Amino acid sequence: MNDTAPTPVPSPAATETLSGGAGAVSTALRTPTPTTAKRLRPRGGAWLATLPLLIFFAIGFGLPAIAIAIGAFTTSDDSPGGGGTFTLSNITDSVQGAYWTALLGSIKLAALTALIGTIVGLPLAQAIATSRFRLVREFVRSGSGVLANFGGVPLAFMFVATLGNAGEVTQKLDLTKHGWSLYSFTGLSVVYLYFLIPLMILTITPALEGLRVQWREAAANNGATTLQYWRHVGLPILLPSLLGGYILLFGSAFAAYATAAAMVGASVPLISLQISNALSGNVLVGQGNLALALGLDMIVIAVLVMAIYLPLQRRSAKWLA
Amino acid sequence: MSRLRVWRGFVLLLAGIYFAVPLAASVLFSVDNPMTKTWSLRAYTQLLGAPGFTDSLRLSLELAVVTVAILLLLLVPAMVATRLGAPKLRPVLELICSIPLVVPVVALTTGIIGVLRWGPDYLSNTPLFQTILAIQNPTFPVVLVIAYVLMALPFAYRAIDAGLGAVDVKTLVEAARSCGASFPRAVFSVVVPNLRTSLLNASALTVALVLGEYTTASILGFTPFTVWIASNGKNDGQMSVAVSILSLMIVWIVLLLISAVGRERRSRKSAAS
Repeated sequence: MNDTAPTPVPSPAATETLSGGAGAVSTALRTPTPTTAKRLRPRGGAWLATLPLLIFFAIGFGLPAIAIAIGAFTTSDDSPGGGGTFTLSNITDSVQGAYWTALLGSIKLAALTALIGTIVGLPLAQAIATSRFRLVREFVRSGSGVLANFGGVPLAFMFVATLGNAGEVTQKLDLTKHGWSLYSFTGLSVVYLYFLIPLMILTITPALEGLRVQWREAAANNGATTLQYWRHVGLPILLPSLLGGYILLFGSAFAAYATAAAMVGASVPLISLQISNALSGNVLVGQGNLALALGLDMIVIAVLVMAIYLPLQRRSAKWLA
Repeated sequence: MSRLRVWRGFVLLLAGIYFAVPLAASVLFSVDNPMTKTWSLRAYTQLLGAPGFTDSLRLSLELAVVTVAILLLLLVPAMVATRLGAPKLRPVLELICSIPLVVPVVALTTGIIGVLRWGPDYLSNTPLFQTILAIQNPTFPVVLVIAYVLMALPFAYRAIDAGLGAVDVKTLVEAARSCGASFPRAVFSVVVPNLRTSLLNASALTVALVLGEYTTASILGFTPFTVWIASNGKNDGQMSVAVSILSLMIVWIVLLLISAVGRERRSRKSAAS
């Protein structure tokens, strides 16, 4: 799960329970009356029990966030003018030259692989959801749960063994002669799809199961072909879920680090790799805070992505509830 | 209709090939010896003796156990409390537990490094400096536990929230209290057992996350299991592929077991009602 791995996804079991919980949650919220709440409250107030988590979050997440916010806008300690003075140069440097290329590279890779993942994942999920064999569905569901969480280092090594320079498939089919290289943009895309497609299947399956059989029957009764049903009924209803899934895949591919780091090193420019480079001190003197600015760039893009995703998710939930 | 069935079979077959080939090729690669054209299980048998294997695996397991313990200790009381007496804090809790999802792990790690750098820079004469050193102790890096708890928060929160939604916590506690149980007893011997499945889910997701995590550990310079696999892979490609296959299998088995446990409980529940 990784980590960098692709965004971890709740296991199939977790997602199942998840959908069941939503209704009960709202009823539990509606019922509380002030009197019972007061009587049930442990000594010291219930909010005391939330205090450890709040403090932990403030320290564990708040301090790093402050470090990024301060560091990205101040000069590094090893800079000629001394550290700690306000500057915009970290930010402007972080969107120039090699860093800009890496940022664009990450966005390009994430956008492309998420698109392929969405286009391939949808018919696949539909084929599985309508399969007559329960065993197939169970197997694919658990398999998707594993593979969607299975980014990172093991994935990189498996693909090196398969399609790397000395990989089994590369050797058998003599792919190197045909210009194949795993350590390229294309190679990385193929690897990313290995966890992005299962992620799409996990994400879109509940929406597909929410499509009522009656809608299809109604369309058929009115003389619609299968194609027309999908064109005018199925896809429009699925669109918010599909876009939401795309965004999720994009975020997952954009944040990924371990697979690329273990596999390609620096041959494909990616922002996450540049950050770790900058952190390990491979930058010019006086640019120690550049890594923090790069981190800030990444967060800004991730926040934008989520700002699109969350409303979409709410909309699709409304339709398919 | 039958055309549709053929099409579906074709799609599934194609996908099956795409997902099976790397698995099969990796297994082949891990037992194949291209020099002598023979097969051997060397990569698997020599694993236990490989330098650093047991140490890194033990570190990963310890990190996983401590992370799960801290995560549950922080999250469960807070979530139960917001259901019972502080519903206004619920949106706050939800927000807090969703934020880590938005921040890429690499970016969080840069922030952590930024904080750790404050130690030598500003705090050298204060006791805080000792704290910053202590949490970076390579034999047990507490700083990783902090990062992992943060990363696991969204998933654990959702799993536990689903569990809490399925049981009526308020009524349970009320009933236990009127039977004379103290408040902590009501929570620990009545509410927590009812959450068993979702706590198990949350723990399993967290364990899988910690065992697979690479970014933070490698950038901060610690060597839990995944970092060891990555560095060892440069010396012994076969062995690293063997470990990768094993780790995939372990995660799969764990997830299958958990969904089996969950299903069994659910079917027993529905049979009783």
